[in-house]
Amino acid sequence: MKVAIASGKGGTGKTLVSTSLAWLLARDERRVAYVDADVEEPNGHLFLHPDLCDRQRYARPVPDLVGETCSGCGECQRFCQSNAILALPDRVMVFPELCSSCGGCLLACNESALTERPREIGTVESGTAWTESRGPIRFLAATLDVGEARATPLIRGVLERIEWPGIALIDAPPGTSCSVMEIVRKVDLVVLVTEPTPLGLHDLTLAVEMTRALGKPVTAVINRSDLGDDRTRQYLLSQQIELAAEIPFRPELAAAYARGEIAAAASPELQSLLMPLGRRLIAEASC
Amino acid sequence: MLKQLVVISGKGGTGKTSILASFAQLSASTSPVTTADCDVDAANLALLLPGPDVRAEPFWSGRRARIDIDHCTVCGECASQCRADAIHIEDVAVVDPLACEGCGVCALVCRAWAVSFVDNQAGVWMERRTAYGPLIHAALGVAQDNSGKLVAQVRQEARDVARRDGIDLILLDGPPGIACPVHASVTGCDLALVVVEPTPSGEHDLVRVLELLAHFGVPAAVLVNKHDLSPEFTARIEAVARRADAHVVGEIPFSPEAPRALARGALPLAVDAVATPLIEAWERIITLLSCEVESGLPEESRESSATPPAS
Repeated sequence: MKVAIASGKGGTGKTLVSTSLAWLLARDERRVAYVDADVEEPNGHLFLHPDLCDRQRYARPVPDLVGETCSGCGECQRFCQSNAILALPDRVMVFPELCSSCGGCLLACNESALTERPREIGTVESGTAWTESRGPIRFLAATLDVGEARATPLIRGVLERIEWPGIALIDAPPGTSCSVMEIVRKVDLVVLVTEPTPLGLHDLTLAVEMTRALGKPVTAVINRSDLGDDRTRQYLLSQQIELAAEIPFRPELAAAYARGEIAAAASPELQSLLMPLGRRLIAEASC
Repeated sequence: MLKQLVVISGKGGTGKTSILASFAQLSASTSPVTTADCDVDAANLALLLPGPDVRAEPFWSGRRARIDIDHCTVCGECASQCRADAIHIEDVAVVDPLACEGCGVCALVCRAWAVSFVDNQAGVWMERRTAYGPLIHAALGVAQDNSGKLVAQVRQEARDVARRDGIDLILLDGPPGIACPVHASVTGCDLALVVVEPTPSGEHDLVRVLELLAHFGVPAAVLVNKHDLSPEFTARIEAVARRADAHVVGEIPFSPEAPRALARGALPLAVDAVATPLIEAWERIITLLSCEVESGLPEESRESSATPPAS
C-alpha cells in the first residue's frame, strides 16, 4: 500500500508526520518503508539517520546527434515543444536542461541521426533506519542536483523503485503542481498535513481539489492545531474529509525535532494522536 | 533605479510570506512598493494584502492532445510511445489531460491523423490595489506544470506596474524548493533573502539554496525565524551563512501570537515580540540593497538575464 503525505502549504509538518508514522508502524512490527520524494529538499534522513546500503546516480534520456547522417532538415527542432533543440544548417544543438525526455525528436528524425544518452539529474539512495523501536524502517530517498530545473523525472524514478509488499509512506514536496501529482496519481491514500491558519486553509483547498481531480481518497492531519482558528476544521467537515489527527503545538516536540529526533519517539502524546491513523493504514494494507 | 528583493527559503513554511508582507508594510510607510507572489503553486500573499483586484488575465501555456474517436483505429501506437503515460486504450484511445504534457509524440506516431491539440490555460494572473502599492499575484491551475513561465509573467507584470507607477522597489515572494520556479524567481534579483528556521531541515535546505543562489550569481542574506526554538541550530545556520558570504540580517523570536494574528488577518508586525526585530532586519536589508546594486550590472542587462529557463 502506497500512502502520500502531502500538503499544499510548505512547512506544515509532512516530514514530522511521515517519519513518526513510520516509527509507529515499525514499533508495531509492520513492514514499513519511508520514501523521501521531496527531491528538491529531502529531509527525512535527518531524523531517521538510515544506514545506506545503495547509492546510485539517476539519469534521464536526452537526445544526442550521432554519425554524419543529419541532413539539417530541422524536423527535430520543429517537433520539440520544449525548445531544447536548435537545428542549424551545419549542425544540431541540444539544450539538455530544457529537454522533457519525451523522445519525439528521435521519431521525428527521418535520417536516424539522433540517439539518446543518459543525463544525470540526481541521486537515489536506499537503506535501513534502525530505530529504538522493534522493527526496521526501509529507507528510500532521492536528491535533485542543485541547478537542475525539472524535479518530476527524478520523482518518477524514485517511485519506480518502490517494490514493497508493506506500507510505503511517501513524503511529498509542498504544492499541487506536476511533481506532487506524479506522486498522488500512484498512491492508494493521500494524507494532507495542514495548519489552522488562513494560509494553511487556502493551500489545503487547492490540495483537496487536486486529489479529487485524480480521484484519490484523502484524510487530513492538522498540525499546531491550537495556533490558529476553527475554519480549517469547518472546511474539512463541509467537505466530508476525515480528520485523522490534531497535533497541538508543544515546545518539547519542536525541541526534539530540532535535535534531529523522530518526534513520535520523543512524545507519547504524539504516539497516541497518530495511532488511529496508523491502525487505519494497517487495516487497509492488511499487513 | 528599480531594485528587486526576492524572499525564498528552500524548505517551505518558514514564514516567507508573512515576513514579506511585514516588509511591504514597513516599506510603504515611506513610499509605495510593488509586491509580487512568485509562489504561483500555493499563492498566499494576496491573503495577507487585501484590496480589490483591478485586472485579471488568463495565462496560456502549452497544449493538450485530443483524439478524434471517429478517426482513431485503436491501434495503440500512441499509448505505447507516450512516456508521460497519458494515453490509455479502452474502446478508443483516451487522453488523460492531467498527465498529458503536450509533447506531440502521439500525433507523430498516429497513422490515422486522429490527434489534434487544444491550447491549455495554465492559470490566471491578477493585479491588486493594496494599501501598500500594487500586488501582482497568480494562481496556477490544478495539475499544471509549474515550469517557471507563469513566474516569469508575474515578474514581467510587476516590473511594468512598478515603472507605470514610478515605484523603485519590488518585493517578490518566492516558492519553496530549488527547481524551475525558484530559478525563475531569483534570476536577475538584486538580493535574495533566505528565511530559515533553526532545525536540521532548515540548515540542510539552506546549504542547497545558498549553492543555488551562487550558481545564479544572486547576492544572499539570511534571516533566522523562530531563533529561540534552538540556539544551537541558530548558531549553525549563521555559520553556514557566513561561509557562503551571506549577511545575517536578523533573528526573529518564536511567538504563538504570530500565527494567531494571521488567523485574525493581522500581520506579524502587530505582535510586539516580533515587530522590533523585523524592523531592524528591514533596515539592514535596505542598507544591503542600496550597496549591492552599486556593483551590479546595468538595469537593461539585468532585465535580459532575468529570462527564466524556458522549460
